[in-house]
Amino acid sequence: MFAYYLDLALRSLRRSPVLTSLMVLAIGLGIGASMTMLTVLHVMTRDPLPELSAQLYYPHLDPLPANYPSHNEWGDPSDNFTWPDAMALLKAHRADQQAAMAGGRVLAWPVQAGRMPFRVGGRYATAGFFELFGLRFEQGRGWTAADDEARARLVVLSHALAMKLFGRTDVVGRTVRLGDARFQVTGVTADWAPQPQFYADGSGRGNYGESDRFFLPLATALDLDLSVSGNQASWKEGGRTSGNYTWLQVWVRLKDAAQARAYRQFLVDYSASQQKLGRFERPPGNAALYPMMGWLAHQKLVPNDLRLQLWLALGFLVVCLVNIVALLLAKFLRRSGEVSVRRALGARRRDIFVQFGVEAALVGSLGGLLGVAIAQAGLWSVRQRPDSYAHVARMDLSMLALTVLLAIAGSLLAGMLPAWRASRVAPALQLKAQ
Amino acid sequence: MALRPILSSLRHHKLTAGLLVLQVALTLAIVANAAFMVVQRTQRIHTPSGLAEQQLSLVRVEGTAKDENHQARHAADLDALRRIPGVQAAVAVGWALPFSSSINSYGVCPSEEALKRAMAASSLDHSGCLSIDTYSGSPGFLQALGLRVIAGRDFMPGEYVTGDVPAIMLTRAAARKFFGDKDPLGQVVYAGKQSSRVVGIVSDVVRPMLRGDGSDGEVMLWPQLPDDNETTYLLRSAPADRARVLAAATAALQALDPNRLIPEAGRRTYTQMREDYFQRDATMIGLLLSAGLGLLFVTALGVAGLANFWVQQRTRTIGIRRAIGATRTDILRYFQAENFLIVGGGVVLGMILALALNLLLMSRYELPRLPLWYLPAGALALWALGQLSVLAPALRAAAVPPVVATRSV
Repeated sequence: MFAYYLDLALRSLRRSPVLTSLMVLAIGLGIGASMTMLTVLHVMTRDPLPELSAQLYYPHLDPLPANYPSHNEWGDPSDNFTWPDAMALLKAHRADQQAAMAGGRVLAWPVQAGRMPFRVGGRYATAGFFELFGLRFEQGRGWTAADDEARARLVVLSHALAMKLFGRTDVVGRTVRLGDARFQVTGVTADWAPQPQFYADGSGRGNYGESDRFFLPLATALDLDLSVSGNQASWKEGGRTSGNYTWLQVWVRLKDAAQARAYRQFLVDYSASQQKLGRFERPPGNAALYPMMGWLAHQKLVPNDLRLQLWLALGFLVVCLVNIVALLLAKFLRRSGEVSVRRALGARRRDIFVQFGVEAALVGSLGGLLGVAIAQAGLWSVRQRPDSYAHVARMDLSMLALTVLLAIAGSLLAGMLPAWRASRVAPALQLKAQ
Repeated sequence: MALRPILSSLRHHKLTAGLLVLQVALTLAIVANAAFMVVQRTQRIHTPSGLAEQQLSLVRVEGTAKDENHQARHAADLDALRRIPGVQAAVAVGWALPFSSSINSYGVCPSEEALKRAMAASSLDHSGCLSIDTYSGSPGFLQALGLRVIAGRDFMPGEYVTGDVPAIMLTRAAARKFFGDKDPLGQVVYAGKQSSRVVGIVSDVVRPMLRGDGSDGEVMLWPQLPDDNETTYLLRSAPADRARVLAAATAALQALDPNRLIPEAGRRTYTQMREDYFQRDATMIGLLLSAGLGLLFVTALGVAGLANFWVQQRTRTIGIRRAIGATRTDILRYFQAENFLIVGGGVVLGMILALALNLLLMSRYELPRLPLWYLPAGALALWALGQLSVLAPALRAAAVPPVVATRSV
């Protein structure tokens, strides 16, 4: 029966090719535009580290003076940590895994003399960093807490940087020059590029950018005064190690909800103790513990413009669907004569409904195919934008399936009402009119 | 023209006509708001910077050696740059410039008391101090940028230093905020530990990143010499010469010292810098325009498609009407009037929806209120669009010969 309906539908569509192609075009445009924007939002809000995200948390303290403006052009300065607070949290060791970190860019010097140095981005971190985020080593290993204390000149390279500097990855024990200092390589990691770069300072909105190429001890970076990127705010005299200068990020790994609750209480207690010392001016209740995905939401990595674009695309889709409903309705009702003949010959209402449903679904499927093509073109054009998130805008299988599904569901939904109306046509009345 | 027969015929197509009304309404709501946003963004993109942008280009140079004598290096570089044919001015500038996205801002206070208040409160709020963006450069940077001294005097050669500056200039907006109607010339302002005398008022120039809160013109200029491993040189030339001058400058700087980096991203004309800064707005304008045009297209398609069906469906009726004396014009007018009614229903609903959508956008995306005249303008546009789309089917209907009435369908 289905094949017969499909044949009927094809015939009916072929009878008015211009209108059919315009309907397919309308639905394709609507689906294509909304899927482009949905995909961009999907890649921007997806879990960057699914295997560990449930256990990763970002502690949040509020060391700012009572009436410090809480937001500047780059975001909230209390999203970052001061050196004393970060070190206190690490020393207290209330989490299974923990690390403090900051991003930075340095000049990297190729080993062959005469080659020009280049700027490369990496992370300054405490020893727990690799365990915390589960980085995989191709060669060697990270450094230890004792190396942190000793401000050792050690570095871990990513696969990509090792290849660029040495042309190989078995380089443990060799030295590289970064900035004005020399570092001994202790390990080489497999390239690691969670997108968004959830652990970095989100204020630059650059968290979809290039991944880290090197890692070196935070204390060493401080010692050498290496440049730090991201939002740095201070409200009193004092340098990077003072309690009036926020610039660090801290992440912890907690087993379960009970441990998370305990950790949050620890943060509140810590804030209260700092307030007693006269350091913190804001209520200890400002201390918070964000799960990783909650932290990303808090950072508002999705620009308002993108949300606006999504709403625009969805509005467009709705108008396209209303348009399809009206056209299909007119088209089906015009065939009332045909329907009443079939009904008089014994077709049930359900049969009529299915027949027109198939026709609507066919329009939808064709529109969906066109929509996939338009969405691909749309994503390609998004990737040409210079925004940092743009290059990750690619359709994965789930979004592809969703596109086709959305198109068919959309046009089925759009076809349902017209098909139902057509199936209500009374046989006798129409025959009389003829 | 009697509307009653049209209305009673529409009653037979309640659902279809209703859907078309809904579609027109949604289209008007979205298109009116989209058009408003396009106008807003276009105005933003054309924010004047106050600089002679058309004539400016920038080259950023990164030294790789430490312990260099930056001032000697800059002097040698500038000397070479000024020799390039077509270069009218060359200066070293600080990293912050209008639309540079890098900020060098200070809490600046108009008096010592204000400074003390701000320090005590650890906040600029209610202290009389302002967050001011600063621009700096080597001697002549004011003229090179295309800024003019409109009161007082320019910086003197001896005032250009690498540390705390003795003299500053303010824009009119900043001077008014600080001193009101008092003469700003000769006043002392405090930025952190340094105190400097206001020697002049400079022509309007905007902040590096626009805030859009009315404070975009609050800027201070100071004669601080760039003194860093990384320097930006600003070149002024005829607009048409800029590409050639940039290439020649890069070559000259690289020749002076092959051991430094001149990154591609740091070489651009001011026009490119403005485009980069406003790129998101440009994208948004493009998207809003294409969505708006797409909607109008789909709506026109819906109007034409439905009219087409109705003409086919009513061929016999039309034939009868023709046979009993209706002229072609009567038939044409009938379909036009019908379309006018449907679109009319749509625009009334659409105006309400447009205002509701605008309210939603105002609350969620800080959009200003939609000027009311967008609504009648949008309504007229949709009426015109409807009449255009219905024309072809209506003409076909008018061409139906009366003899159809005698045939069975």
